[in-house]
Amino acid sequence: MVSKRSEFLTGIKEILPILLGVLPFGLIYGVSARSAGLPVLAAQAMSFIVFAGSAQFVTVQLISAGVPVSIVILTACLLNLRHALYSASIAPYVKRLPRRWKMLLAYVLTDEAYAVTITHYRQSDGAGIRSVASNNDARFVTPKHWYFLGAGLTLWIVWQISTAVGILLGANVPTSWSLDFTLPLTFIALVVPALKTRAEWIAAGTAGIIAVLAVGLPLNLGLLVATFTGMAIGLGVEVKAGGR
Amino acid sequence: MTLWLMFFVIGVVTYAIRLSCIGLLGQREMPALLLKSLRFVPLTVLPAIILPQLFLRNNTLALSIQNPRWMAGILAAIVAWRTRNVLLTIAVGMVGLWVLQFVLER
Repeated sequence: MVSKRSEFLTGIKEILPILLGVLPFGLIYGVSARSAGLPVLAAQAMSFIVFAGSAQFVTVQLISAGVPVSIVILTACLLNLRHALYSASIAPYVKRLPRRWKMLLAYVLTDEAYAVTITHYRQSDGAGIRSVASNNDARFVTPKHWYFLGAGLTLWIVWQISTAVGILLGANVPTSWSLDFTLPLTFIALVVPALKTRAEWIAAGTAGIIAVLAVGLPLNLGLLVATFTGMAIGLGVEVKAGGR
Repeated sequence: MTLWLMFFVIGVVTYAIRLSCIGLLGQREMPALLLKSLRFVPLTVLPAIILPQLFLRNNTLALSIQNPRWMAGILAAIVAWRTRNVLLTIAVGMVGLWVLQFVLER
């Protein structure tokens, strides 16, 4: 049986390489928030309150473009709708935890924390998600939520610090460094090694291509359309191939 | 003031979205098809975020060699595929982008 402590430390250890991509991203958020004219305190408050990199970026961009408040809110929330899918995906593993744990873990459920945590839940859980879902024994609680907390909390701390540094640096980081590119690179590093079956490759490719083609759709709907189409097609291919 | 209200609303909605299934799913079993499809979530959301950042410029398709991002991105994807190393992927992708930008500016 793995201890809480070692799970917590493993969570910290395994999110560390991802932080290399998050750190400059936080820095750029801070810089762009200041150059968009946001007050120092408000810019940092968004990192506390929202704690979602891409939504924070989009919000800053739209504010500086003078977009009406209601549209900014709607766009940011739509962009974060993908977290509902993460929430659904992680829910079976945490369903036996006390309420206060669920409330805490929900706050740190970001793209990066989700990616490492779901991989951890699946890896060390030999039989996979089905055994968890079908096991109704209330005592069946592993300390893996400590891994989730370790990863999520570490990301939170690094995000707060890096956005604060970016805000303080202000407009002193030249855009020619293209540090914003670390975000797609981080995502590439996370998703490519996770693609194994033909159905998974087709799902990923479909989603990516549709997202590119659907960029004209209003309110960032392209992202959601692409995701759901990719999922449906991947599922279809998998079912046709006889599942796994 | 509007700014704070805006952040507050976005924050509350974001938190509610994140808590949604974690909080509501009590002891209920999830349907097998839903579990199966959820496996595809990260595999489709992430490419849908990545590809537009590589292949679009100002919301139009930019497949020429004047756009170094898709080339650096493909390079990084190859590194990720062969090595499964997060740090190396980011490092190669960034250096690749800088080199391509430097060459294109000549």
